[in-house]
Amino acid sequence: MTVKKSRWLISLTAVALAASACGGGGGGGSKSKVFTFANTEPEHLIPGNTNDSYGLNVDSALFDTLMTLDANGKPVPQEAASVDSSDQKVWTIKIKPGLTFHNGEPVTAQSYADAWNHTANGANGWGNNYYFSAIDGYADLNPDKGKPKVDTLKGLKVVDPQTLQVTLSQPFSQFPYILSFLGTAPMPKAAFGDLKAYEEKPIGNGPFMMDGAWEHNRQIKTKKFAGYKGPRPAKADGVVFKTYASRDAAYTDLRAGRVDFDTQIPAAQVPQAKRLLGKRYLSVPSGTMDFLEFPLYDDRFANADLRKAISMAIDRQSIVNAVFNGAYKPTGSLLAPIVPGYRADACGQACTYNPTAAKQLFDKAGGFKGTLHLMFSNADPTYEQWMTDVANQLKQNLGITDITFDKIQASDYISKLVDHKATGPYRSNWTMDYPSPEDYLTPRCAKPTRSGYDGAACETLIMKGNGASTPEEGRKYYQQAEDLVLKDMPITPLWNWQDQAGYSGHIGDVHVDPYVQTLVHLDQVTVK
Amino acid sequence: MWRFVLRRLLQMVPVLIGTTFLIYVAVFALPGDPIRALGGDKPMPPSVYEALRHHYHLDEPLITQYGRYLLGLARGDFGETLNGQSVASLMATGWTVTVQLALTAWIFELVVGIALGVLAGLRKGGIIDSLVLSGTTFIIAIPAFVLAYSAQLIFGLKLGWFPTAGTDDGWPYSYLLPGVILGSLSLAYIARLTRTSLVENMRADYVRTALAKGLPRRRIILRHTLRNSLIPVVTYLGVDLGNLLAGAIVIEGIFNLPGIGQQIFQAVQIKDGPTVVGISTFLVLIFLLANLVVDILYGALDPRIRYE
Repeated sequence: MTVKKSRWLISLTAVALAASACGGGGGGGSKSKVFTFANTEPEHLIPGNTNDSYGLNVDSALFDTLMTLDANGKPVPQEAASVDSSDQKVWTIKIKPGLTFHNGEPVTAQSYADAWNHTANGANGWGNNYYFSAIDGYADLNPDKGKPKVDTLKGLKVVDPQTLQVTLSQPFSQFPYILSFLGTAPMPKAAFGDLKAYEEKPIGNGPFMMDGAWEHNRQIKTKKFAGYKGPRPAKADGVVFKTYASRDAAYTDLRAGRVDFDTQIPAAQVPQAKRLLGKRYLSVPSGTMDFLEFPLYDDRFANADLRKAISMAIDRQSIVNAVFNGAYKPTGSLLAPIVPGYRADACGQACTYNPTAAKQLFDKAGGFKGTLHLMFSNADPTYEQWMTDVANQLKQNLGITDITFDKIQASDYISKLVDHKATGPYRSNWTMDYPSPEDYLTPRCAKPTRSGYDGAACETLIMKGNGASTPEEGRKYYQQAEDLVLKDMPITPLWNWQDQAGYSGHIGDVHVDPYVQTLVHLDQVTVK
Repeated sequence: MWRFVLRRLLQMVPVLIGTTFLIYVAVFALPGDPIRALGGDKPMPPSVYEALRHHYHLDEPLITQYGRYLLGLARGDFGETLNGQSVASLMATGWTVTVQLALTAWIFELVVGIALGVLAGLRKGGIIDSLVLSGTTFIIAIPAFVLAYSAQLIFGLKLGWFPTAGTDDGWPYSYLLPGVILGSLSLAYIARLTRTSLVENMRADYVRTALAKGLPRRRIILRHTLRNSLIPVVTYLGVDLGNLLAGAIVIEGIFNLPGIGQQIFQAVQIKDGPTVVGISTFLVLIFLLANLVVDILYGALDPRIRYE
């Protein structure tokens, strides 16, 4: 028996060893000046199809766009030499000469046109399709039924290799912001032959290039692009995006010095991270907002005073302290503070905690009959935590005793909202695409709204803002639109997120910028 | 014996087809619209929505979808995840990790568990016996995630003996800590099972006969008692290997091991049918094979068992 058992063991060990040989091992080389970034498995890497923040993190290293955002959130040229329009409708884009992709192919107006035409074509089913909806001819590429009959945007004209002319269907002053979004990055000719292969190893035009193919669920290695001629050359030899399935694991690795940069320190760990990391702990303002939205299609929520009473009965600061360790910022605006045009008191009394006034307004509105359902998805445990606090405050301050939770499977949540099947006030969230009030307000007002709010008046104001000739003039209309929404209150702002980041002692020149996808300029980071 | 194995293998085919169907229907019946969820809080134009539904055949009735899936399977095509990756290559990376983790845990619980059980069983009531009994009670009483986080903090972060997370250091280094934690619960059961079984067998008539015949105690234990005592342990080990291979969502999560447990958990959350069905089918296959191996091992351990 003993003999048998040991032979059995040896063969098992052999199997295990063979398995490990397949898995491969060993991290990056220790000599080269490469740093690591804690990421999560991206959904996609092709820019036109990538709208998850983990994919965008990688794309921000691999790709440059026509415009980029400066430290004040203003669009400034990156690959563009100039972006001009006299009527906010026809835009002439000049591209800097001499720029190339990682494979040496020159970046031309055609590279942009190819990428945009493919993304804007509904039949391709790419995630950033709707960013191109402002361009003339978008409707032809996205018919309500059937396949499109054309495969290019009518409004895109390649004048010469360095000039792209874009005609929009309506004046849109915020168009340069769209050009700063990574989803509008160009693609080389080499990509279109085999898009599946391209997704595994994208050829971009940014300061870093792929170093080997995408190692799924493990890491994405990049190295410095030696032929880079753009405005942000890389200082380090490369950046490796390590994949973490949980924030806790990434944070533990940061503490152990096994990853250099972590942008998702869990809120529960903030006090400890501040103590342990000292100056290497960063709290970065974010464009992400949490809201409580009301189903206006449910008659019980039709009265704006009732919605205001609920909004005033919520003590945002106490929830932020209890659930997020005080890391998030309670807000009274539909916009994030980093958006030019933000006003801290846009909402005024209606978003300020005042239990007495809330109760008076609640009684005046006739109170609330039946069971109050609060709805959220099961994607993150904090949703239930803060909804529990909201429920307790509504019980205490408004006397609504019958409150239940509808915790919805994450894959079902969005369909319920889109199909107007919410059973009560629900969690709503918005992540910033670009720092313009227009980005925050359009989803609140443009048909069809999730809340069922009739936003026609608000949409008219947004249109006026879009057509304005100066940013200041546009801002005035956007603010009027925001005031209108907050007065009708189909949605009430709760708090603005803050990203909790930290970095290891191995890297330096960490320059924080809330307008950069990765929170710091990866190109400027140096490795000690 | 070979006829027995062949018959069991043939029986697996209808079982496998049945399970893929059940799982397919179960995923189909999950609430929600996976395509809508892909867009999240961003607007998804109707044209994109329709294009994606068509691409993943979600616009077809269940039975057509399932038929399409089976046809693909027959060609060795496991389909595509909702972000366009091949399920087969996804499973390949996941299984590589899970197999390494499961085998580490399994070898640990097998070697250490049986050894502890034998030591405790031979000296019933002795110091080692008491230590094993109290130690295993302790392990059974503590939830796995507490053990995992503690081990990660102490041996990974504070002492730096093992990597805190990830698979960068390869097998076995990256897998030792999570493997030991994962195997510790079963180790406790195996030690106790071996001990009890051994103690009972030591009191059996055949042992007394052998002793009376004048056989040395050592030979009795090795040739007879231990062999008989291991029958329940082998059953347990066989089923447990299946359990371990089914993925350890919690341990994989804490130690950031991108194994099959993580993958199936994420796939169920976003209602990713092909991934869930692909992984589950493999899991069913593993359980069937593990049971077959256990049945064969019975014969090796107990000559009274014969296969017709």
